[in-house]
Amino acid sequence: MAKSSLDKKFDQIRKREEEKTFSTKKRSRIVNKFLNNRLAVLGLIIFTIIILASIFAPLLSPYDPMRVDLRSMRQPPSFDHWFGTDSTGRDVFTRVLFGGRVSIFIGLGSAILSAVVGIAVGCYAGYKGGWIDVIALRISEIFMSFPQIILVLLLVSITGQSLFNLMAIFILTGWGGMYRLARARMLSLREEEYVQALRSFGLSTFTICYKHMLPNALSPIMVNITLSTAMFILTEAGLSFLGLGVPLNIPTWGNILNVAQDILILQNYWWMWGPVGIVISVFVLCVNFIGDGLRDSTDPSQQG
Amino acid sequence: MKKEILKLRGLKVHFPVQAGVFNRVVGHVLAVDGVDLDIFRGEVLGLAGESGCGKTTLGKAILRLVEPTDGEVKYISQDDDETELTSLEKKDMDPFRKKLQIVFQDPHSSLNPSFTIFGSLQDPLKKFGIKSKEERRKIIGDLLEAVNMRREYMDRYPHEFSGGQRQRIGIVRALCLEPELIVCDEAVSALDVSIQAQVLKLLMQLKKEKNLTYLFITHDLSVTEYLCDRIAVMYLGRIVELCDSEDLYNNTLHPYSEALISAIPVADLDKQTKRIVLEGDVPSPVNPPKGCPFHPRCPKATDICKTEVPTLKKYSTNGNEHYASCHLIDLPEIS
Ligand SMILES: Nc1ncnc2c1ncn2[C@@H]1O[C@H](COP(=O)(O)OP(=O)(O)OP(=O)(O)O)[C@@H](O)[C@H]1O
Ligand code: SF4
Ligand SMILES: [Mg+2]
Repeated sequence: MAKSSLDKKFDQIRKREEEKTFSTKKRSRIVNKFLNNRLAVLGLIIFTIIILASIFAPLLSPYDPMRVDLRSMRQPPSFDHWFGTDSTGRDVFTRVLFGGRVSIFIGLGSAILSAVVGIAVGCYAGYKGGWIDVIALRISEIFMSFPQIILVLLLVSITGQSLFNLMAIFILTGWGGMYRLARARMLSLREEEYVQALRSFGLSTFTICYKHMLPNALSPIMVNITLSTAMFILTEAGLSFLGLGVPLNIPTWGNILNVAQDILILQNYWWMWGPVGIVISVFVLCVNFIGDGLRDSTDPSQQG
Repeated sequence: MKKEILKLRGLKVHFPVQAGVFNRVVGHVLAVDGVDLDIFRGEVLGLAGESGCGKTTLGKAILRLVEPTDGEVKYISQDDDETELTSLEKKDMDPFRKKLQIVFQDPHSSLNPSFTIFGSLQDPLKKFGIKSKEERRKIIGDLLEAVNMRREYMDRYPHEFSGGQRQRIGIVRALCLEPELIVCDEAVSALDVSIQAQVLKLLMQLKKEKNLTYLFITHDLSVTEYLCDRIAVMYLGRIVELCDSEDLYNNTLHPYSEALISAIPVADLDKQTKRIVLEGDVPSPVNPPKGCPFHPRCPKATDICKTEVPTLKKYSTNGNEHYASCHLIDLPEIS
């Protein structure tokens, strides 16, 4: 008899639960919040346009970014050459498009790869703790405290300039930050009761930390990936401008900017460095807007 | 005939306290400090005590969610095979992990927000050999119905559920491998009073249906009286009194239990007893007081209490075994 009265009470509770409309999915709430952030949306739109333009560069421009055309040297912007031509007659607009491919690849690629390394180490070490954690922490400190520019000079003098050397340096100096972020999240997540519950079933460390915990640590990492992308693109531009980055024959935003080292060009031919400078700034700004938008929309303390 | 399912012997969990630049160990939190306890098959054993006295740590040490510093946890199977759990290799624990489960206190951190209910529950089932997805869905669906929820809920995310629902899902998780003993760590404390009653009734109903044993952790003695067969009262990592729940209320032996019981609000005005107010806070488990750990707050403390540690001795009240650790009990000790 007691059981049936219990059942009845539960049925009542159940009915109430079903009448109540369930809140929309968590993911869509995050998307909604992001879409409400105008700057972030604007950033995303321009970001997408620049990326698409770089990818479809051959369709958008009839010129070859490398081909020298001595008949049309140093021409100011015109209908034929939107951003003018440079000292060897190459179309600057085409070079900015093709340069975007390499620069974005370096920025995004280094950010993602350092995130992969940082997450792989950080999740495990943060969850496990103990000596693995101590060692990983010290190693990351060594890499993070090493000045990037000296590392670049070192590697360039040892192995020569190349795109992949540059990315390797970015990853070496960049994974530490990601590692610390992932580790810090794991340290707080591992005390959560659902993790304890998984441990009480004796599931393997790998399943627990990479499958069950990692998804809950991802949002700050995503924010960090966008911000690092912006930083790496700027660093690439800076290093290439100094002639230390990507070999000069590959067009990148930094390499295009490199011509501004010549005082004559800086003074007289603004189209050779102006537009690409603006593109770099706009792109980096957009990426930062996206990062801020992501941070605000995934921050659980700003729910609503 | 009562048969044990778990025997704890001299169980200790000490957490190192680190300080300074080099993380030197400067002391230990004696969270659990020498617990002897038998849990019988099919009983509900209450574990009561103030916050911070080591109840959760004791529960976790049984499941080896924290590693015991010292002592033994013996599991006795239905065919009387005894296994010492604390010395087992991690992988040899698996068959026992199935048998011992836990329901947690906080319904908000007890479910993984990134997975559906089915998503978080299926890995343990997979690990313990339920290979087909249909079968896993069936097990989880059946259990959801057993806790009065709808099968379809298994494809929803935790944030769609209320606290009471989450707690019932926590119960489903604990039940999914058909355990024998469940540690209920303040399983209802975080819920509304009306929902508390429902979940408690549900737990008792499930216990009957599935022949479960509960270690029922609580800081609220008013709940335990009706649920528990026996109650253990803990203070600063040790058990100070252990007896049938009726005897705890009617023949209280330890001054600390007396104080806890007097703090229970009583509805019946005639029965209102004088409330014993415990002075001061729980002492730090890093430096527990010398002598009886309770003596700085004990209203009955005498000189001997400051120097000599009382041990848990066996007495008899109402014809039942009754353990307590206090110097001032004037009952004959039985061996
Ligand atoms: N991982 C840990 N590291 C260090 N100290 C700990 C750890 N876990 C628990 N403690 C300490 O051990 C003591 C007992 O904690 P425990 O959580 O077992 O108490 P409790 O009786 O469950 O309390 P509550 O009623 O608040 O849940 C406390 O002093 C706590 O600070
Ligand atoms: S031994 Fe002394 S201090 Fe301890 S509980 Fe008994 S009377 Fe109180
Ligand atoms: Mg607790």
